[in-house]
Amino acid sequence: MDKTLPSLAEAVAGIPDGATIMIGGFGGSGAPIELIHALIDQGAKDLTVINNNAGNGHVGIAALIEQKRVRKMICSFPRSADPRVFTEAYLAGEIELEIVPQGTLAERIRAGGAGIPAFYTPTSYGTDVANGKAIGTFEGREYVQERWLKADYALIKAEEADPHGNLTYRMAARNFNPVMATAATVTIAQASKIVELGAIDPEHVITPGIFVNHIIEVPNPAQEEVLNREGAVYP
Amino acid sequence: MIDLDTIKLSNAQIAWRAAQDIEDGAYVNLGIGFPEMVARFQPEGREAIFHTENGVLDFGKAPEKGDEDWDCINAGKKAITIKPGTAFFHHADSFAMVRGGHLDVAILGAYQIAQNGDLANWSTGKGGVPAVGGAMDLVHGAKRVAVLTDHVTKKGDPKLVAACTMPLTGVGCVTRIYTSLALIDVVDGHFVLREKIPAISFDDLQALTGAPLHTDGEVIDLICPEELA
Repeated sequence: MDKTLPSLAEAVAGIPDGATIMIGGFGGSGAPIELIHALIDQGAKDLTVINNNAGNGHVGIAALIEQKRVRKMICSFPRSADPRVFTEAYLAGEIELEIVPQGTLAERIRAGGAGIPAFYTPTSYGTDVANGKAIGTFEGREYVQERWLKADYALIKAEEADPHGNLTYRMAARNFNPVMATAATVTIAQASKIVELGAIDPEHVITPGIFVNHIIEVPNPAQEEVLNREGAVYP
Repeated sequence: MIDLDTIKLSNAQIAWRAAQDIEDGAYVNLGIGFPEMVARFQPEGREAIFHTENGVLDFGKAPEKGDEDWDCINAGKKAITIKPGTAFFHHADSFAMVRGGHLDVAILGAYQIAQNGDLANWSTGKGGVPAVGGAMDLVHGAKRVAVLTDHVTKKGDPKLVAACTMPLTGVGCVTRIYTSLALIDVVDGHFVLREKIPAISFDDLQALTGAPLHTDGEVIDLICPEELA
């Protein structure tokens, strides 16, 4: 078994218009910039994108929005150092926004990957975010029912991958990547390095390959923060 | 009328006061911005372990300019460093720590705090782009939820109110409020004044507070170091 694909273009080739796509990362940390840019080149539109944020500057998710490919963002915090692309699209009514508290977003994705259609959380009880949602009382306290979140595709960023798709991550770039890998029909991981089977200590595997469909090697991946400081614009 | 600007505590002093309540061995989450300052004032001999929502426990100080590693950031997207004891984990684990009752203290900023402990800190309700981040999760689960805030708004209106008029972050969640004038606990639906700066009288403080201040024993003078690095 070898899940390696030769190019980014090939990895994203099958993504259709209207797809729901989870994109890993928290701000720029762990953001699969090269996969996002390949998706921009590929041209799919009317996308629903799930990410913690809604892009920064004019690269990555911000560039995808700027190219008018995103119909809806599902995120916890659509602000950033330079949030103009999303803000202008949102205030112009060109993009839909579903705000989800950050821990609820992570848990909805986890539930999606784990086959749990709904769960109860204390988060957001009594707030506008809970409007219209079922409330349950457990041991005398109120909880809000939240539903799982699944996607057609997940684009994630790993540090090392082996041909079976076992993945490691680097520092805080892990964030949403491992949970998103579990919750999509097709998970595509870019890795800084593809190593041979056995080169990743089994004790160090963070995402087991069963959750991963395709891997692509992207040595020395771009950092969103660095690109933004350089004033980069994609394409 | 008293001139609040000449007597009120600085943000650093408010953060210093909050830091004095963090016990040795506590697991602590500091909100983005002002609350992050609390980490600078850990009392000598105590070791608190700081959690950041994006998946790091027990991180080190900010790196020197130019030494940033952008894979190693905090929830405010600022560069941090690792140190002996640092742990990385994914987002679902991070919020298991938050909601699961594993944090001892969460310290946040506020727009408004009601006398029953309701907190409004994520949206002014006046339009624009809404953004909640991890605040709604953090106010549930930590054993203590503390707020750092100016006692009044820039216009001079009370931030401690009878009932919040802005959209809520959480219901009945705040346990302690460190303001620029006082230290106030929320107990059984009331503000209980524990400490106040000596330069303000109880009556003047009450006039700047949107709900009754109760007392439960002596009100201690709130005195902070003048010079804080």
